[in-house]
Amino acid sequence: MIKLIAQRLAASALILLGVAAITFVLLYLLPADPAVNLAGRSATAQTVANIRHELGLDQPLLTQFLHYLGNLAQGNLGRSYTQKTEVVTLILARLPATLILMAAGIAVEVALGLIFGVIAALNRGGPVDRLVMAACFVGVSAPQFVVALLLLYVFALMLGWFPMSGFGTAAHVVLPALTLGVLGAGWYARMVRSAMIDVLNQDYVRTARAKGISERRVIFRHALPNALLPIIAMIGIDIGQFMSGVVVVEAVYGWPGIGQLVWQAIQQVDLPIIMGVTLVSAFAIVAGNLIADLVAPLIDPRIRAR
Amino acid sequence: MTGPVGALTSSHPLLTVSDLTVDALTDRGAKRVLDGVSFALKAGETLCLAGESGSGKSVTSLSIMRLLPRASLRVVSGSIDLAGTELTRLSDRAMRAVRGGDIAMIFQEPMTSLNPVMSIGAQLIEAIRTHQPMDERAARARALQMLDAVHISQAERRLSQYPHELSGGMRQRVMIGMALSCQPKVLIADEPTTALDVTVQAQILKLIRELKSEFGTSVLLITHDMGVVAEMADRVAVMKEGRIVEIGGAVDVFERPQAAYTRELIAAVPRLGARAGTDGPPRVTGEARAPMAEGEDFPILTVRDLTVSYGGGAGWFRAGQGHAAVEAISFDVMAGKTLGLVGESGSGKSSTGKAVLGLTPFTGTVIIDGHVVGDHGPGAMRPIRRLAQMIFQDPYASLDPRMTVGAAIAEPLIIHRIGDKADRADRVADLLRRVGLMPDVASRYPHEFSGGQRQRICIARALALRPKLIVADESVAALDVSVRARVLDLMLELQETEGLAYLFISHDMAVIERMSHSVAVMKSGKIVEIGSRREVFEAPRETYTRELIAAVPLPVPAMKHVEGETAPALS
Repeated sequence: MIKLIAQRLAASALILLGVAAITFVLLYLLPADPAVNLAGRSATAQTVANIRHELGLDQPLLTQFLHYLGNLAQGNLGRSYTQKTEVVTLILARLPATLILMAAGIAVEVALGLIFGVIAALNRGGPVDRLVMAACFVGVSAPQFVVALLLLYVFALMLGWFPMSGFGTAAHVVLPALTLGVLGAGWYARMVRSAMIDVLNQDYVRTARAKGISERRVIFRHALPNALLPIIAMIGIDIGQFMSGVVVVEAVYGWPGIGQLVWQAIQQVDLPIIMGVTLVSAFAIVAGNLIADLVAPLIDPRIRAR
Repeated sequence: MTGPVGALTSSHPLLTVSDLTVDALTDRGAKRVLDGVSFALKAGETLCLAGESGSGKSVTSLSIMRLLPRASLRVVSGSIDLAGTELTRLSDRAMRAVRGGDIAMIFQEPMTSLNPVMSIGAQLIEAIRTHQPMDERAARARALQMLDAVHISQAERRLSQYPHELSGGMRQRVMIGMALSCQPKVLIADEPTTALDVTVQAQILKLIRELKSEFGTSVLLITHDMGVVAEMADRVAVMKEGRIVEIGGAVDVFERPQAAYTRELIAAVPRLGARAGTDGPPRVTGEARAPMAEGEDFPILTVRDLTVSYGGGAGWFRAGQGHAAVEAISFDVMAGKTLGLVGESGSGKSSTGKAVLGLTPFTGTVIIDGHVVGDHGPGAMRPIRRLAQMIFQDPYASLDPRMTVGAAIAEPLIIHRIGDKADRADRVADLLRRVGLMPDVASRYPHEFSGGQRQRICIARALALRPKLIVADESVAALDVSVRARVLDLMLELQETEGLAYLFISHDMAVIERMSHSVAVMKSGKIVEIGSRREVFEAPRETYTRELIAAVPLPVPAMKHVEGETAPALS
């Protein structure tokens, strides 16, 4: 297991290097000039040139890139152009909110996905199955902001159960997590349904029934654990995705996560922040997959390392 | 142990199935799959339900357990009586107490019949505690006892192991141990040894016989293999198309079969030793063997020091060089003759077949009719593809379901740019006729054909390029005995008319005996014995060859393998 972690971390270093290179080139090719943006509208060409020099933007691309990599190797993501603060500090400040929303969102989507996926599988082909699958279809195709506004309207404005926006209490996290969860649950439910249908047709489920154990035990003790494996891989992917920020949901609910940070940075052409968040997301995706690979053997002895 | 079913009285049969009728629910309405099946299982006896696929054997057993898939199969009428209790009318809860408690069941596929994510111990203990009021510790002790009873060594350690750590034979032992752990009155064994190697099969059959007397269980054994029937049965019920066509004592059924179908079934079983005293397979075209022309007796396939290794790279076996599936084997296949390659699973026979056609990387020398098979590009393999073709095991998986039969057979011709469209259509029609199908089936799709017909189509496809060598890898293993016999006859006929040579790979000693001129016995990647068919079968030099031959159950009840020297052949 330690070997696996070491291998993945080594691989993630390579991945980060690749992501850094690609992002760097893309940002360099961007028509927007951060110096112009910083200098303001009335600035002279000289001021802009000074700022460019100050930020090191007048140097060749390769020099800039090597310089960035040198800093990166020391854990330094550079300073924000606009906020005059270390990017690491900015990201760390946003991390708790992002992690909370990620965990809550994944919890909601997995819970809903499991419940409805199992229900659909057990009623395969029947009206309940069709209803659940139709709901899933709506779930996966509804735009985030529509669901977010709908939930806000009903639960915050009309019923007043939860705050409209902000961060701080447990109540604040409910609606954003529900928005993410409802949207993700559609995917999970479909996945759980097809995995369960597959597993319920397996020989070992027939063996379990032939033992005379209750149908509930057949489903929860024998079938479900076997159907969980693809779900774990999906959770790993979601960890990475949610870490890169859920821009729309954070915007609607005023959630101070990484999504908000990067959204502002893009508007202000704050390259160090964009780079920093991109790298953090890339690392989170690697880490999410690693977590999935570490959890899977706990459920499936066949992939347990010898 | 204590189900709802009371103690049996000696006059009453233990399990009586009367007039059982089951319908399959299809899109086009109900289709009868069991039609008035009646039989009785007496206490302490073994009754075999024998028949080919689709005869309704498994549906019968699942009906008794009330485990038929609700959506597709429904019991229409009939009664199932277990020692005075009518099972068809039991509540679901009461039926669960019968399942595993009074009637236990083991299945065909030991590899997939145990839950892969639960330890052996957890699965055994679950079965025990479902039917017996025991705490975890007592159940664990009982589980250990059962593993001992089914002769699994290091029982303590096995309890914490998972199914994938055990071989197929071991898993079937665990299944049997689990089934008998609650001392059921009836054990239903549905093709319990079909997926196992012949030597493992012999051990498992012996175990079932042994435990039957030890636990006093009656056995309902379902099998397609008349050899297994003869080995195990006190009485036999022969099933065909959802009906029992004959039922009687094992010796009577084998020696004086009443129904025509029973006679056919017994006749179709290739018997080991049937070709004793001859040098080659039987002539099937009726023509006398042509005198061998000068220079006809040459090897069409020469294999020297063939080694096939798997793993070695990244992946599960990342330590070391990987493992050799085939190690430095050498043999020849003579033109127009058959070399039978026999061995158990994991012996390397399939890897050999693939390597010969360059379908898997190997080291060593393979020469087909003067062409060296090697790792040159696909273009260089073309002439070899024309010379040598393959027929696979699974006729269901080896035809593209979206391609018509005609297109599938014509494809090799198109790839090799042989003939124009009209020529190819003629050739397809000719090939279909030659494998015993009507030429007009060319426009139909594979799903419209039975397994045997599909295998004929695969043979036609393999013949399209007029090859001189065909590698047949377990080509009849998936077919019912009667169908198998006809496909084997077709292959013999084609050998005579087309002068084909076969590298005939099989685990089935009787089939190998029927088909081969010479035989190579493989074990753990090596050829342990090679020689003429007569030498290998009639005077085997190696112990392993003798074990293989001895393990084959013969379709003659009087020749049962019997435990202990003094035990009578029949009880």
